[in-house]
Amino acid sequence: MKLTMASSPHNHSHKSLNKLMLTVILACIPGLIAQLVFFGTGVLIQLILALLTVSVAEAAIMRIRKRPALTALSDGSAWLTAVLLALSIPPLAPWWIIVIGCLFAIIIVKQLYGGLGFNLFNPAMAAYVLLLISFPVQMTAWLPTADLLAKPISFTQQLSVIFNGYTTAGFSVDQLRVGIDGMTMATPLDTVKTDVAHGLTITESMQSPLFNQWLGKGWGWVNLGFLLGGLYLIKTNVINWHIPVSFIATLAICSGIGYLVAPGTEPGVVFHLFSGATMLGAFFIATDPVSAATTNRGRLVYGALIGLLIYLIRTFGGFPDAVAFSVLLLNMAVPLIDYYTQPRTYGHGMKK
Amino acid sequence: MEKLIQQIKQGKVWPFPGGIHPPGQKALSNTQAISRLPLPDKLIVPLKQHIGANGQLIVEKGQSVLKGQALTKPVANWSVPVHAPTSGVIADICQMPSAHPSALPELSIIITPDGQDTWCELNPIADPSNLTHQELIDIIHNSGIAGMGGAGFPTYIKADSRKPIEFFIVNAVECEPYITADDVLMREHADQIVKGIELMQQLLSPTLTIIGIEDNKPEAIASMKHAAQHNAKIIVQTVPTVYPSGGEKQLIQLLTDKEVPSGGIPADIGVLVQNVGTLFAIEQAVTQGKPLIERVITVTGNTIHNAGNVWALLGTEIKHLLDCQGFSPVPQQRVLMGGPMMGFTLPTVRIGVVKTTNCILAPDHNELAEPGPEQACIRCSACADACPASLLPQQLQWFAKSKEYDKLKEYNLFDCIECGACAYVCPSEIPLVQYYRVAKVEIKEQQAEQVKAERAKERFELRKERLEREQEARQNRHKRKPAAKSADEKQKVADALARVKKSDDKADSKSAVAAAIARAKAKKQTGELEPDNSEVAQERAARKEQARAYKAQKEAEKNSTTQETGDKKSAVAAAIARAKAKKAAQANNSDTADAPVDDKKAAVAAAIARAKAKKAAQADNSETADAPVDDKKAAVAAAIARAKAKKAAKQTDTAQSDELTTDDESSQVQEPSPQTADDKKKAAVAAAIARAKAKKSAKETETAQSDEVTTDDESSQAQEPAPQTADDKKKAAVAAAIARAKAKKAAKETETPQSVEVITDDESSQVQEPSSQTADDKKKAAVAAAIARAKAKKRQQEGSDKS
Repeated sequence: MKLTMASSPHNHSHKSLNKLMLTVILACIPGLIAQLVFFGTGVLIQLILALLTVSVAEAAIMRIRKRPALTALSDGSAWLTAVLLALSIPPLAPWWIIVIGCLFAIIIVKQLYGGLGFNLFNPAMAAYVLLLISFPVQMTAWLPTADLLAKPISFTQQLSVIFNGYTTAGFSVDQLRVGIDGMTMATPLDTVKTDVAHGLTITESMQSPLFNQWLGKGWGWVNLGFLLGGLYLIKTNVINWHIPVSFIATLAICSGIGYLVAPGTEPGVVFHLFSGATMLGAFFIATDPVSAATTNRGRLVYGALIGLLIYLIRTFGGFPDAVAFSVLLLNMAVPLIDYYTQPRTYGHGMKK
Repeated sequence: MEKLIQQIKQGKVWPFPGGIHPPGQKALSNTQAISRLPLPDKLIVPLKQHIGANGQLIVEKGQSVLKGQALTKPVANWSVPVHAPTSGVIADICQMPSAHPSALPELSIIITPDGQDTWCELNPIADPSNLTHQELIDIIHNSGIAGMGGAGFPTYIKADSRKPIEFFIVNAVECEPYITADDVLMREHADQIVKGIELMQQLLSPTLTIIGIEDNKPEAIASMKHAAQHNAKIIVQTVPTVYPSGGEKQLIQLLTDKEVPSGGIPADIGVLVQNVGTLFAIEQAVTQGKPLIERVITVTGNTIHNAGNVWALLGTEIKHLLDCQGFSPVPQQRVLMGGPMMGFTLPTVRIGVVKTTNCILAPDHNELAEPGPEQACIRCSACADACPASLLPQQLQWFAKSKEYDKLKEYNLFDCIECGACAYVCPSEIPLVQYYRVAKVEIKEQQAEQVKAERAKERFELRKERLEREQEARQNRHKRKPAAKSADEKQKVADALARVKKSDDKADSKSAVAAAIARAKAKKQTGELEPDNSEVAQERAARKEQARAYKAQKEAEKNSTTQETGDKKSAVAAAIARAKAKKAAQANNSDTADAPVDDKKAAVAAAIARAKAKKAAQADNSETADAPVDDKKAAVAAAIARAKAKKAAKQTDTAQSDELTTDDESSQVQEPSPQTADDKKKAAVAAAIARAKAKKSAKETETAQSDEVTTDDESSQAQEPAPQTADDKKKAAVAAAIARAKAKKAAKETETPQSVEVITDDESSQVQEPSSQTADDKKKAAVAAAIARAKAKKRQQEGSDKS
């Protein structure tokens, strides 16, 4: 009888890359829904564009590298990148923004470094930073929540804006951003930053219709959605708790201290945690396994430093939000963090 | 310590990091009692079933054996005997595939059972408490017991621990999925196991005995608790079901919060671990007298109809086990020895079970899916979270792939217990354990190579040192003699030099023969100073002179037609010398003691004569033909000879000896060369050349055996007179002797490569000596010797090349 030989272990947990990636994509859904509700269906168009672009780019590169394109695509990592990037950019950004971002993320950040597992930087965030620096106008053109818009826009109009730059009625994105009171609306983070810079107090700044008492309208819900998805990821053991917890805790501590020191110019803990991309960054971006720290102690350090950087850049830096910058900066520090945070191996340096 | 015991007694366990929860699948096989298999028609008993050396075979092919009869006896190096599992005849003793992942052939005894199953005489001991420590150890040893949990470590070694044991841990965890052999053994034989524990307590006197059982075996826990309740020093500890809590190191951590130091053994921290199966075997060996010939094996998997536990005789073919339990294989069937996590696939079912076989698993593809393709590592470090040793498996994997062995060692690859938890959880299905195994083997090989190289280097250095020491010793020996010269002797040397110079001046117009004669005379005067063996040596020398003279004459005759008129003189002289030499040799032969003086005279004269003849011949023969000025002839010839000799030496010598020889020679030769231009040295030079040539031809006829002896004698002879040359005008004689010795040595060099180096060293030290001595004395002799040696060597080389 011919027997098959194999190497131990002969059993497997049936975890797979594909399932892992799809679970993360699935966990994005609550946040995605919140975005859809408050910022319009444009995000869906961006999502479809992104998925198409990364699929084509990944398949083409795999073909060039003479590797099976389908296997690479089916691991789902490229799609996850597409989803994260689509969630990060303004929903009404022109179509070429997301296409350029996706091409850059897949071809340059991921595949040119050797493909999955070899990229130093988080592809979605590297692409985001590229876009932010190259196309600052388009990349900061976030619309206020739907109820604040002077002229509500339909799905077809959003489609038209994304592909033509104007709605069917001929309005540009900048015109659309004008609120009921005729003022151009920025994101809550941006508004606070600008107002504080102009000498207003936080309380004064938050009188703006953008805010709902303490939080930016809509943004709080989006962050809650991502928090929910993130908790699901921790529960299903897809990600470890270390990075999100140290990330959020550090940001909370820093903003708490800031609020205690300067209550007039500091927006406080809740605002920091539920504005901008905090929750998306904490659970979906910083936890990207390839580019994050790999030891548990290292993850605590990594998360904490990202939280600290976010607070510093938001408060003292030139950009309203800082998740992408902070994550990229810490991506660079990962080898160092990993090296100095190796766990104590059994039987080495005995405790007693 | 007290606190620790208190905590243990309260049931505290200390979870280890990592671990996984693979499906247990134990219910497949633990629902029924252990069954007994029908006797197989063939048993394959490998001599080695444990860690350590084989026992020594004490049976032979065709011999009948009884059940329980020893087939091997223990010798050194942890050897453990094997026993006949049933009565029968030894059909063969041959190499058979082993129960090992490699299935490499292992010397095995093949027994054909006779069906009687007749026990040999057993020696049960009713009350083991009367046994001494050593008696108990011997019983365990002679019963062939080795760790039955998987590793197969000889139990008698462990039981005889030299280190004090604080905690004796009984490994009843059985964390590997599917396997229930220990579980059912505990259910059915708890009393015997406890008896075995008590025997170990008798041997080791531990403070506490802890039986660790996973909480998925409630029946076993209950029966063990019941069996052990009379013994207050035994604690049954329930541990959570986590793979690999049954790993020795993990169990120690789990039960005692201690860690075995890396590279150490549990006894280092006062802990000793035994498997329940082993303890049962100890009990059987002591109280029943039965050696280890059978064990419980779980036969399970979805392809087995009647999965369960069986008592299997060691050596039973796996095929027999499978067939008896009902086996319907699937395509691409895997058959594992051991569990799904650490077991290994078998290449064939025609392999006998051994002492460490606890499970035969024949899964289908639903329960244990075939591994998928390896994908890229995404550094999710699920592996690190699962690792019970707190390693970083994914880092190790990168290093193993890139063969960074130093990094692997730095990241403690060798603390990996290969439990497979990392590979189990890896979403990319990377066969991590396989990478580590390969890397471990490669590192071990590399280390073995290093050790080898290190040893070779050490040997080389020691040898170099020894050679240097020897050379130094030799040099010291030579140096001491000139240093011992008294002032008186120095004065004598000075006188001698003056005399030589005078005679040289006088002989300006005459032939050099006169000078030689004068020198010979001088030598005669100081002949008494010759050392004791000089007589014998001279006798031999005389004999050789004869041969040489003969040859010289022949050559002279041959060349006489082309010779210049002046050369005829020397031919005549040669003839006379020959005659004299012959006469002297005869005299020598009859009575050596009485005629040393005459001998020498004759010998010297003959040498000179020969030299002359030779010189003429040489001049005509070849190279020196275009050297019109007499004075320069010798110099030119010498130079050419040197060059030739060097070339020849380089070509054929080994690299090492080559360097030494060449260096020595060149330094020596270069020294005197400016002085060769001096007047009147031709004779001496030519004489040496002639002698060397003559020697060579003489040599050729001698046997290697006698040659060696002669050379040794001669070299000593050559060394001996060296200091005395200064005394008087013995330069020529000495030089000649040295030249002879050298020539011979050179000849010998090519004969025995082994001795080449030593001889070369001899030569170098020896050569340096006389050259320095004669330096003031125009170095005639040295030059001559060098040239002679060179020539002789060259010839010899050529000769050996041809041959």
